[in-house]
Amino acid sequence: MNKGGTVKVFVPRDTTSRSLGADDVAKAIEGMAASRGNSITLVRNGSRGLYWLEPLIEVEVDGVRYAYGPIASSDVGGLFDANFLSAGDHPFGLGPTEHIPYLAEQDRLTFSRVGIIDPLSLDDYQAHGGYEGLAKAVELECDQIVEIVTESGLRGRGGAAFPTGIKWSTVLSAEGLQKYVTCNADEGDSGTFADRMIMESDPFVLIEGMTIAGIAVGATEGYVYLRTEYPLAIQIMNDAIGIAESAGLLGENVMDSGKTFHLEVREAAGAYICGEETSMLESLEGKRGVIRYRPPLPAIKGLFGAPTIVNNVITLASVPIILARGAKFYQNYGTGRSRGTLTVQLAGNVKRGGLVEIGFGKTLRELLEDFGGGSITGKPIRAVQAGGPLGAYVHPSQFDTPLDYEAFADVGAMIGHGGLVVFDETVDMGEQARFAMEFCAIESCGKCTPCRIGAVRGVEVIDRILGGVDEPGNLVLLRELCDTMVVGSLCALGGMAPFPVLSVMNHFPEDLRARGS
Amino acid sequence: MGNKPPMNDSDSSEVMILEIAERHASRPGPLLPLLHAIQDEMGFIPSRAVPIVAEVLNLSRAEVHGVISFYHLLRETPPGRQILYLCRAEACQAMGARDLERHAKEKLGVDFHETTPDGRYSLEPIYCLGNCACSPAIMIDDFVYGRVTPKRFDMLVKEI
Repeated sequence: MNKGGTVKVFVPRDTTSRSLGADDVAKAIEGMAASRGNSITLVRNGSRGLYWLEPLIEVEVDGVRYAYGPIASSDVGGLFDANFLSAGDHPFGLGPTEHIPYLAEQDRLTFSRVGIIDPLSLDDYQAHGGYEGLAKAVELECDQIVEIVTESGLRGRGGAAFPTGIKWSTVLSAEGLQKYVTCNADEGDSGTFADRMIMESDPFVLIEGMTIAGIAVGATEGYVYLRTEYPLAIQIMNDAIGIAESAGLLGENVMDSGKTFHLEVREAAGAYICGEETSMLESLEGKRGVIRYRPPLPAIKGLFGAPTIVNNVITLASVPIILARGAKFYQNYGTGRSRGTLTVQLAGNVKRGGLVEIGFGKTLRELLEDFGGGSITGKPIRAVQAGGPLGAYVHPSQFDTPLDYEAFADVGAMIGHGGLVVFDETVDMGEQARFAMEFCAIESCGKCTPCRIGAVRGVEVIDRILGGVDEPGNLVLLRELCDTMVVGSLCALGGMAPFPVLSVMNHFPEDLRARGS
Repeated sequence: MGNKPPMNDSDSSEVMILEIAERHASRPGPLLPLLHAIQDEMGFIPSRAVPIVAEVLNLSRAEVHGVISFYHLLRETPPGRQILYLCRAEACQAMGARDLERHAKEKLGVDFHETTPDGRYSLEPIYCLGNCACSPAIMIDDFVYGRVTPKRFDMLVKEI
């Protein structure tokens, strides 16, 4: 026990831990400490991303953090009885947090501070390496910054995996008095929460990454296009931007460099299509989120017609550590052309759901079994949807595929934004195929016919198959429809919504037939 | 004392809408933040806002209406006192969201996009709250709840 001193207790405040009662736990701990005369400092940190253990509370003893979880407010009395303020034994005790295998076996680079610091403490951020990247960047020429990002091998983490350095270099060399940096924080893929975690648990890393991007390409304005579905992230990002402005880290004369970078959060409004970059730009301009034809690329003619960087949250949040530690350091993680780390999100019916940041190259099976621990229901895993609602359902026979952009593409699947949604054997794959088309119909922007009409027809054809109307004929029709959508759609929504459907047809055909037959 | 006649609800909301529109008009791409501001204030975007916003931003009414109707989370009708957003996306489906959806509709006696006759609850579908490791998820107003079984749903609805 830190006699006479005050003990630091950490209770997370991110959406997931709060969704499981973390606020009540925090209140109970404060109340109990007061009534027992224990002096504590309660820190509301972000989440470590070990979500099956949330609310996961920590206590710092002699500089080491010890974890307990999952904790309900009704457990708090018992924790005090067990002397948890001195890291005493308790049935929910997990030992030193950093030694929990799930965490110890990760490569936390982009997420190096997530769950450790108080998200809105700039001091905490800087004490853990924050703003070292920007400090380097302001000493460099624009093209040197871009060169480092290119050399690091970083590719877009939103899903398209386009080399970030090449995108930045295009914006840098594009003519324009005004340029923009936009962050796509419209994380709409089911099974993904990495962007939300960054914004709620370490918002300054995104601000720093965007500032570096702005300085690298000569953009003075930045926008974070952030989902309405993430009210807490909106609040925390806005607070963090205010703090960074007051500290001279945003605005005019960033870090006394003479450079200007202003940043603003723009709230989306619940349209999945606005995660498509041109649709997002339309939305930022205050229009319907209808996609644009490409070319011109947003890098040449983007927001308000100006050269614009459009990057995902994780991409931009990975930039500070690349600048701080160098391209080589980042490059050394990963495999093949997939360099650095991937933030895998284990979701759905999985025993140990959460965030796993790890160098590319582990197999899907290792993620599902070693980290995930199988399904939460204990039944065999039947399918995993990788890469969001437009991603294929991966069959167990493909679970040895390594997590690598190219290896996934080779089996007709995609890594996308890193979400893995696990289903056990009770899943009805026919229903999942139907939902893929239904979702596309709901979210289509309506610009191109294959997507707008095709998705509606897709639902109807699947309904006929499941309803026992001319099953063989309709299966042929469904495949043709999928081909039309894949080949003829303007963007990834209509172009990829058939992938989950085709994966069901190819790998789970027994579920796509007349019911009750 | 006040020599102006008291404004009725409709007048006062039109003044407010105009004030919000003018406050945002000079921002780049003002329409979406402006519409959010109206909705934050009133709970929805009434049809009388359309001509006011169109005039201030020098847009056609069709353009303003087009934007309002495009986005799922902008409302054109008043919501109930509480909005229950049920996640329908895959990670929640994997943990029983379809059953929860059936249960919620039956319990409240409404379908999606409807409000209970007593004006207490509006039920809305939502596609991912980013709580996918602790599914199924629902959001009540601005607060997300995880691992929502039908039983927990009933408790939450009773509590609020």
